[in-house]
Parts: sequence; C-alpha cells; structure tokens
Amino acid sequence: MDAFEWMSPQDIEQAARAATTTVAAAMVRDSGEPAAGDALLKAGGIDLLDLMKEGLLKPRRLIHLRNIAGLDRIEGAEGGLRIGPNVTLSQLASHAEVRMRFRALAQAAGASASPQIRHLATLGGNLLQRPRCWYLRSRAHHCTRKGGDRCFAFGGENQYHAIFDHKGCAIVHPSTCATALIAFGARLEITGPRGARRAPSVEEFLLLPEADLHRENTLEPGEIVTAIVLPAPAQATRSLHIKQCETESFDWPLADVAVVLDLESGVCRKAAVVLGAAAPAPHRARAAEAALTGKRIEEPVIRVAARAALQGAAPLAKNGYKLPIFETLLRRALLAATEG
Amino acid sequence: MPHNTAPHASRCTQGVTGATVGPGAAAIRLEVNGIVRALAVLPSETLAEVLRERLALTGTKIACDRGACSSCTVWVDGAPVCSCMVLAIEVDGHRVTSIEGLAGEALHPVQSAFIEHDAIQCGFCTPGLVMSCVALLESHPHPTEEEVKAAIGGHLCRCGTYPHVIAAVLDVARKGKRSP
Repeated sequence: MDAFEWMSPQDIEQAARAATTTVAAAMVRDSGEPAAGDALLKAGGIDLLDLMKEGLLKPRRLIHLRNIAGLDRIEGAEGGLRIGPNVTLSQLASHAEVRMRFRALAQAAGASASPQIRHLATLGGNLLQRPRCWYLRSRAHHCTRKGGDRCFAFGGENQYHAIFDHKGCAIVHPSTCATALIAFGARLEITGPRGARRAPSVEEFLLLPEADLHRENTLEPGEIVTAIVLPAPAQATRSLHIKQCETESFDWPLADVAVVLDLESGVCRKAAVVLGAAAPAPHRARAAEAALTGKRIEEPVIRVAARAALQGAAPLAKNGYKLPIFETLLRRALLAATEG
Repeated sequence: MPHNTAPHASRCTQGVTGATVGPGAAAIRLEVNGIVRALAVLPSETLAEVLRERLALTGTKIACDRGACSSCTVWVDGAPVCSCMVLAIEVDGHRVTSIEGLAGEALHPVQSAFIEHDAIQCGFCTPGLVMSCVALLESHPHPTEEEVKAAIGGHLCRCGTYPHVIAAVLDVARKGKRSP
C-alpha cells in the first residue's frame, strides 16, 4: 500500500471534522488514477484496505474510528436494541439478546465472511462497504458507478448481478446484515461534521441507482453512523435469514432472504420479506408481504407468497438462475420461521 | 525463537490516540508471544508484514493479502484474525500471538496431531490453520465436526488437507490435551 497518515481521534466530532469525503465519492473520477489527498474514515477496515490494496483508493490520511469510546456497545433502547457501529460481526452473532429477539440479524452476521474477518469487521462497515461487482473493483473498467459512462455488467459477466432495479447499474448490495436490518425496520443515527444529526431508516438510507448512480447510500462527507437502532419487535415475532452461496463456507450470497413475521396463533399479523443479492439495495418484496398478511402461514400460502416475491424481476442474460433459488429460499425461510 | 529486541515492560501503552502520525514511521508497543516489543512502523504496514519483516516471525504466511485465504491468521487479544487486513499501528497496545508463540519445550498438541494425521502437504496454509484450530479448542474443548468446519471455513488449502485437519482437531479434543 502507498504511505498515508494515521489519525486516531477520541471523539466523533473530531473524526467528523477530519474526514474530507466518503469512500464512494473518492472513487468517482473522470478517468485514470484515483485522486490522492483524501482523508477517509476507517472502522474495521476490511473493505477500505482491500480497495486501497487494489489501487482504487489512494487516501492521504486514514481516520481510525475504533478508539472512540462508546461505539462498541449493544444496549437496550425503548424495548429494542441500540447497536454501536463498532460492534463486530462476531459480537453481534454471539450476543444472547440479538440471537433470541433478532435471530435473522444474528444469522446474517454469523454467516458473513470468515471467523477471522468477523472478528475485525464492524456492523457499520458492513453496511457501508462497497459492492462486490468485479467491474467496480477493476481498475481497468471505468464504470458508471465510478463516473464512467457505461455499466459493464450489461452484456458482460452478470451472473452475480441484480435481478431488480438495475437501471444504469446492476450491482447488488453487498451487506447481508442490511437484508435483516431492513426486515426489522432498523434506523440509523448519523452525526454530521457540525454536530447535525439525522435518523433515517436503513431502507431510506440505502439508494437505488435511479436515485444516485455513484453511491449506495445517503452518507455525506463528514457524516458518521453512530448507532444502528432496532425497534422493539412484537411479542410473537419470528424471524429467519438464510443465504445460498456457491460454496458452503466464506462466500457472498448468490441470494439471501430475511423474513420477520408477527404471528398470533399461526396467523400472520404483519410480515416483512426482504431479498438480498437481488438488487442494488435490499429488495422489499411487498407483494409477498401482502400475500402473507392476515393469513395462516401454511404450505399453499407460503407457495403463493414465495412466487409473489419475484414479481417485477428482470433477470439479466446470466442470472436468471437466481429466480428459482430465491423462491426456494423463501419457502424454506417461511416454513422454518413458522416452526420456531 | 527470535531474540527479544525490546526491553520488557509491565504493560503496553493504550494506543496512538489523538495525534496524527505518518506517513513516516510511528512508535508502537505491542505484546507479541508474551514479549513486549517497541517498534517503529509505517501506518501503511500490516500486522502480517511487521511480524514477518520487522520481527522475523516468518511462520505467519502472506498468500492472498486480502483476507480471503486466512494463511496469515494470528490472534489479537486471543481472537483469530487475518493479520494481512489489520494495520500494525491499530494493534498498538494489544496482545498478539503468532504460530511461534504456541509451542513450549514440546510442540502444541494440535501441532503434534497435524503431524500424526498427515494434515500438512506443502505447509503454506498450516500455521494459519493451526492458529484457528487451537483457538477453537480454547473456546470449545469438545467441538463437533460441524464446529471444526465452521472454525476453519475461512482457510484455503490448495493441497486439500481439510479432512486430515478435521481428524487432527477431533483427535486432540478426544484426548483432552490442550496445551504443550
């Protein structure tokens, strides 16, 4: 890696003031080499160091967030949980209350990456990592997401790309935790450079290409995610996250699903069904949710809902195989969630 | 074992906080295999590079350098991590254990079991695998086969020694001998 300066602030305000841009903005350029001179925020650093080693980022300074006190806690908040952005994926996956009350999130975190990476990677960083699209991560491809004029996935190797909402760019969102967070209706707490605060839902925070081609979320320069807040689930909530990869270990999903069901004696009062690795942001399958709401969750209803989840899908030349995988995963997830 | 190049100290410092350092070398202190080391490292140097090149602890291997193969697995504060994806400067004040820190007078039982079960071919992935397997047995003295597979799920072994690695770990667990 090229040399850089290192700053390890003790408070959020100091870190926010020091950051000059976001990782996404730093990767947008006219052509050629990435700009030098940026000061970028770093948490676990897994994605950031990867992008730097690949020559896609050349920051002048890294601002290390992990020595800021108080950002690595999981605490109760209004019946739900408030999770610090520095909480690692392994902490999240093994936390007793997360496992019991927000099972789909513990499952998504615990099935991400490898044990070694989960000990380093943070939930904040997991949400903010760049997509795995091989054209985005190739220095030889100046794609739309980096300021170029075409998406190479169209007419290219698009087997791992989006089947929904891929107008102008066919990335899939890389965070499986985000799939579960959206299903639980999670919100973020974000602090800006001059202390400004906002609290968007994760669903509002993540952007589709039609809203912005150059970034996956609404994070602005100097903004820091300071908490991920899970609202209190209804008493009889059942949740499940499952993912299907090409390999059984250490892989990003071909498809993943999160379901959160509020059940009252077998009848679904409210359903959240979210597909990951399906679209540039986790895809809320509202037709599936409607097919489940008010119904007893049994095989015929599950079958209809799983089919409905794929309404509007527009697979590319090489990723039509994702449709039956999603349908099967959803049927499994709904059956398993209902069983306990 | 390499010689201790730094004076013993009762504890490490609490990390470089507040000030900006680099791009040249900055002073850090870390405990490596029980010995406190005072080092000057570039902020851009990974822990794997510092272990190998500054401390001559070449048992830790760098293969992919992207966190994808786990060859470089060491423990930071007891937890296995990819040392290629950790900057040395961020473990200032922390405790690092590398493969060289496992054996005492005798090999660690997991190392002996790897030999006994022929769990090594070219050996490049072996130090990392051993670190993951010992960490597993520290937290789960009697793992199931599935738990062993999950613990080594991040490791790539191009020689395909996986079944022998699993057999070695389960054998150590069965015999209940976990330290040298």
